[in-house]
Amino acid sequence: MAMTSKRHGHAAALGSQGAPIAVVLALIALVWYGLAIALNAQGAIERNLADVMWTWQDLVATTWAMERPVLPAPHQVALDLWASITGWPLSSPRNLLFHTAVTAESTLVGFILGTLLGLLLSIAIVHSRTLDRALLPWIVASQSVPVLAIAPIVLVILGSIGLTGVAPKAVIAMYLCFFPVTVAMVQGLRSPQVIETEMLHTYAASPWQALWMLRLPASLPFLFPALRVGVAAGLVGAMVAELPTGAQAGLGARLLTGSYYGQTIQIWSALVMSAVLGLVLTAAMAGLEHVVLRSRRQT
Amino acid sequence: MSRRADPKANPALRSAKGIQMDPVAPDGKATVAMVAASFALALVFMFSPLARPAAPVGALFWTLTATLAVLASVGIRRTAAIRGTGGGFYASMTAALFGFWILYFWQLLVVAAEVPRVLLPSPALIVASLWDNLSTLGGDFVQTVIKAVLIGWALGCGLGFLVAIAIDRMPFLQRGLLPIASLTSAIPLVGVAPIAVMWFGFEWPSKAAVVVLMTFFPMLVSTLAGLQASQRLERELMHSYAASYLRTLWSLRLPSAVPFMFAALKVNASLALIGAIVAEFFGSPTTGLGFRISTEALKMNMTLVWAAVVVAAVTGTTAYALLSRLERRVAFWHPSVRGRK
Repeated sequence: MAMTSKRHGHAAALGSQGAPIAVVLALIALVWYGLAIALNAQGAIERNLADVMWTWQDLVATTWAMERPVLPAPHQVALDLWASITGWPLSSPRNLLFHTAVTAESTLVGFILGTLLGLLLSIAIVHSRTLDRALLPWIVASQSVPVLAIAPIVLVILGSIGLTGVAPKAVIAMYLCFFPVTVAMVQGLRSPQVIETEMLHTYAASPWQALWMLRLPASLPFLFPALRVGVAAGLVGAMVAELPTGAQAGLGARLLTGSYYGQTIQIWSALVMSAVLGLVLTAAMAGLEHVVLRSRRQT
Repeated sequence: MSRRADPKANPALRSAKGIQMDPVAPDGKATVAMVAASFALALVFMFSPLARPAAPVGALFWTLTATLAVLASVGIRRTAAIRGTGGGFYASMTAALFGFWILYFWQLLVVAAEVPRVLLPSPALIVASLWDNLSTLGGDFVQTVIKAVLIGWALGCGLGFLVAIAIDRMPFLQRGLLPIASLTSAIPLVGVAPIAVMWFGFEWPSKAAVVVLMTFFPMLVSTLAGLQASQRLERELMHSYAASYLRTLWSLRLPSAVPFMFAALKVNASLALIGAIVAEFFGSPTTGLGFRISTEALKMNMTLVWAAVVVAAVTGTTAYALLSRLERRVAFWHPSVRGRK
């Protein structure tokens, strides 16, 4: 419940935070434009302004409008985003939304599978002392291991048994989602108080009834933060999985092709798009939490 | 269910419903003897002609394997069920036993069934590859961990800490920065790797830059949260002592922020490893764990890929263990540390 009240306070404070956030964002934009001038100046002078007499106004205008800048100005990224979203049909690989959909699909498939697997395993762990002692320490320890490093192995294994396309990416997103969900759910399923479990016992409730009526509802406040972490980790996994597969489609592929051809603006718009996707996915989880836990909020 | 509802206090809970699916607490000595016997059998079996790579896999092999599997699972169940004194020891023994049997059957079955190396190399081959490529992997370790991860992690965490201290007295900036910093956890920050490679070149500084970016925000958010963690009563006490801002910061608020900062340091250790390895997937010099993993995977040299993954995994857990130990030493007085064994 502490978590719910904290989030509630956060939401209430957001109203009074509009001005500070706007100021900070304006500062970031200012620094960004300044950096764009500083970083692009040399290239602009060498490539665009070599043969002409130029004033500092020309220099600033040129650094903000280069084709392959070191750091594109924010409006260039925004324009490129807009052009790549509206300029091509949705099915065209030139449309950024097409790539976003490819990445989002594998993220979501992996996320759903990983969450289901985590749920099942945590239920098993809570009901079996053997699994609790034999398996849980390994799952907890794996959180300090860079599990993303085995992504290339997964790709090779699945590729050699003929699985390509969404499946390998979804598998990688799945195992990245699986760990946080399992650990949080074991905690959540154990969160009911002794007095509550004993009451169910006096009602002669079966373990399944105890699970359904007490443990699962009690675990929900633990589940949703893990889902937010899991979906963000799954997105990183899906994007990384797109790198070695020949980079045909997806935001990760878009980043890689952009870096091959030095298309900095394309990299930045892919980056912005992946940030938007990450925010949308976590916001969806927060919205789901809001709906599911609505009845519990005490106002 | 009955784990929390202490069975000693309420024996009816345990016996009546059969909720606990595990066997009743067995004898420790008998279990140790049983586990030792199964180890002996397992060793004899592994080095017997039956389990040689060339030997045909027959009914006898499968019978013995099945017997061992039953023995192993009974051993794990019995070890897990031991309660009372030495419970902590037996708890970690259970995990170790489980890990051992997983490795054992992995080795046994992969060799017997002649699983292609590309699919799944046996643990012995991975260890052999680790040994053969010790100098290569050592160079990768230095390149990725010592240079990119360590420097990036220290810089990122240091910057996060300094910025948190700097804006501690500016609530306006805090209110503006904190929501944005919290949102970054949802963003795949590692995607800046191609940009970092363009700006800082293929060598380790570009990886360190990615690591700095990834570790900065968690440290900033945690330190700010930690600085707010001291109790009102304690702050008022400092006030009544006429303690200056710096004095309060040093004697009260920073110490109470230590557990928060260590939480961020630990999370960042694994984030930094991931960041550096993934950044190397985007382009790197010809050394580095991420480079090794991605190029050897393309060459289908999977034993070396697994060996590099083992190095990364050991690094991650070691870093975590070292930080936990440091935390216990630094924050020995904090309830969250005193509660642990």
